[in-house]
Amino acid sequence: MKAIKTLLGCTAICAASAASAADLEVTHWWTSGGEAAAVSEFAKAFNEKTDHNWVDGAIAGSGGTARPIIISRILGGDPMGATQLNHGRQAEELIEAGLLLDLTDVAEAEGWKDIVNPSSLLDACTLDGRIYCAPVNIHSWQWMWLSHQAFADAGQPVPANWDEFVASAPALVEAGKVPLAMGQQPWQSAGAFGVMTIAIAGIDAWREVTVNKNADVAAGPEYAKVFEAAANAREMAADSNVQDWNQATNLVITGKAGAQIMGDWAQGEFQVAGQTAGEDYTCLPGLGVNQLLDTAGDAFYFPKQDDPAIEAAQKELAALLLSPDVQVAFNLKKGSLPIRGDIDLSAANDCMQKGLEILASGNILPSGDMNLSPDTQGQIEDLMVEFWNDPSYSAADAQERYAEIIADAD
Amino acid sequence: MADTARKPNGLTRNLTAKIASVPMIATALVIFIGCTAWTIYHSFTRSRLLPAPDKWVGLDQYERLWNTRRWLVSIENLAIYGICSLILSLVIGFTLAALLDRKIRGENVFRTIFLYPFALSFIVTGLAWQWILNPDFGIQSVVQGWGWESFAFDPLNNREIAIYGILIAGIWQGSGFVMVLMLAGLRGIDEEIWKAARVDGIPTWKTYIFVIIPMMRPVFVTALVIIASGIIKVYDLVVAQTSGGPGIATEVPAKYVIEKMFQSQNLGQGFAASTMMLLSVLVVLIPWAYLEFGGKRRG
Repeated sequence: MKAIKTLLGCTAICAASAASAADLEVTHWWTSGGEAAAVSEFAKAFNEKTDHNWVDGAIAGSGGTARPIIISRILGGDPMGATQLNHGRQAEELIEAGLLLDLTDVAEAEGWKDIVNPSSLLDACTLDGRIYCAPVNIHSWQWMWLSHQAFADAGQPVPANWDEFVASAPALVEAGKVPLAMGQQPWQSAGAFGVMTIAIAGIDAWREVTVNKNADVAAGPEYAKVFEAAANAREMAADSNVQDWNQATNLVITGKAGAQIMGDWAQGEFQVAGQTAGEDYTCLPGLGVNQLLDTAGDAFYFPKQDDPAIEAAQKELAALLLSPDVQVAFNLKKGSLPIRGDIDLSAANDCMQKGLEILASGNILPSGDMNLSPDTQGQIEDLMVEFWNDPSYSAADAQERYAEIIADAD
Repeated sequence: MADTARKPNGLTRNLTAKIASVPMIATALVIFIGCTAWTIYHSFTRSRLLPAPDKWVGLDQYERLWNTRRWLVSIENLAIYGICSLILSLVIGFTLAALLDRKIRGENVFRTIFLYPFALSFIVTGLAWQWILNPDFGIQSVVQGWGWESFAFDPLNNREIAIYGILIAGIWQGSGFVMVLMLAGLRGIDEEIWKAARVDGIPTWKTYIFVIIPMMRPVFVTALVIIASGIIKVYDLVVAQTSGGPGIATEVPAKYVIEKMFQSQNLGQGFAASTMMLLSVLVVLIPWAYLEFGGKRRG
């Protein structure tokens, strides 16, 4: 009798899941070597652990290329099963227009509120108390990468913070090195400036400007120091004629440049080049001054579909993305930090461990993506790319323009 | 104009032709006029990712636009690129055509060589010239390799002259097409004109400038319109060659529009910029159309 019951139960489950097997197209822009390896962990888990199929919809190019494609597909009535976006304000209007699936029931069933650390990641997915996205990783901008070889060639010790780095810059120049490697894409200019802000102006001033949009502080003395430092950094980066961030990272890897300010995704480049953290290169979170990390990252959104079978598959995928073993497998390959603190990442390298420690101690910031609209960020990028490339653009003028942008921000 | 006197009914005359052109007329009305009006209307709103017709803000978007350094630099670049490329492609195009028209040997070969760049897209042109002008791989390194160590030709990394690097690529791509148009025009000139000029003992260059060029006015107008429309919409060349850099030194208006609309998710700002582009086209086009068509009717 018991056997029959089990059998019946099994049949029922099998029938139910077979009926709901669905193909889920997932769009994302993870196309570089390490990224593709990481996303295939998701696909593998989804294909093996559920009855559904992961249909990979990778879009080549950066987020800037992929996002408009993704958004126009959702708006145009051809929604994919799931899509990567940076959580924050990019999807705000899509949610308001009712185009994205409400994941609140999944989040409650899985207890996301208790496991997602830092909780700000989940807040970024939440609008009016409802949850609309599944955060999968944390990327932080606040890192400086230093080449041991460059400093050895210049006869200098590897700096432990920004001031020491500035002091050693003349020796680097004398040794024929570019002190600071800097790509010329707008987002890099704006990002490096953001990192310098937190290190130099301090967290309170940063919060006042970025979160509360206080233009007076943006025009004030703390930010003046940041702009002075940035103007100084501009001179140190004057000879790095590269466009892409990974070309700039490569200057550091090959010892042609002393350092680069870049997010933790740069680590993948060092790994590919076979370098070891602590031996060949050093990473300084928060420029070695304020050890704080912001918590930007990637999240998956699930556009609304009419088919209940697909909706069930979407919810299963959402739950799966946050499950412990999938998080470990994905983040080790991606080089990013996991969104839950209760999993074992002892395989991570020196730099990732530093990041995990900071994360565990709670020294975290909400990211710019979460506070500033894409429009404001676009204006800041325009300003920064001009400022970093035009030596005649004075720090005071740039600061004035910056304060204007903050005053207009919404 | 004898027609007008015995015209029975303007509507029924050539009825089939009129019916046949209805789809095109409807398309023009809906797509060109309708969408233009829609865009202009929304440029007065605070539309972000989605059009928001009810969030009226008046001229705010335009005020912001004209206070943005990037937009001003874009306009300046378009003016430099536009004027230089207009003059140079006409001059180069006409000179090449005149040379080919001197009944030279191997005309077909030269014509193909000169026209060939036009078969390439702007993206390919931009990438090719990015490499040619790259100091580590291109002209500079080749000339330095020949022994002229101090030779420097690096326009794309110099803020002041980067736009001229783009201009070179644009002219290389476009002047062959202008040449072909001019050549067609030159072939349309009656042989008798040349004979008459020769009989009168007028030098060849004088014949070109004072006789042939005035006779080729329609060809010049066609070439002008084609070049001008290419200038206003220049975008892919810049994206492929410099992405607007170094800094914002080679930004152009079309790139501003696209980026504000899709990357900054600020439709209102993008629409305001595209309306300004439309306006600038009209400022050029209306006086020209008036002179071209209005003048003929009076004559």
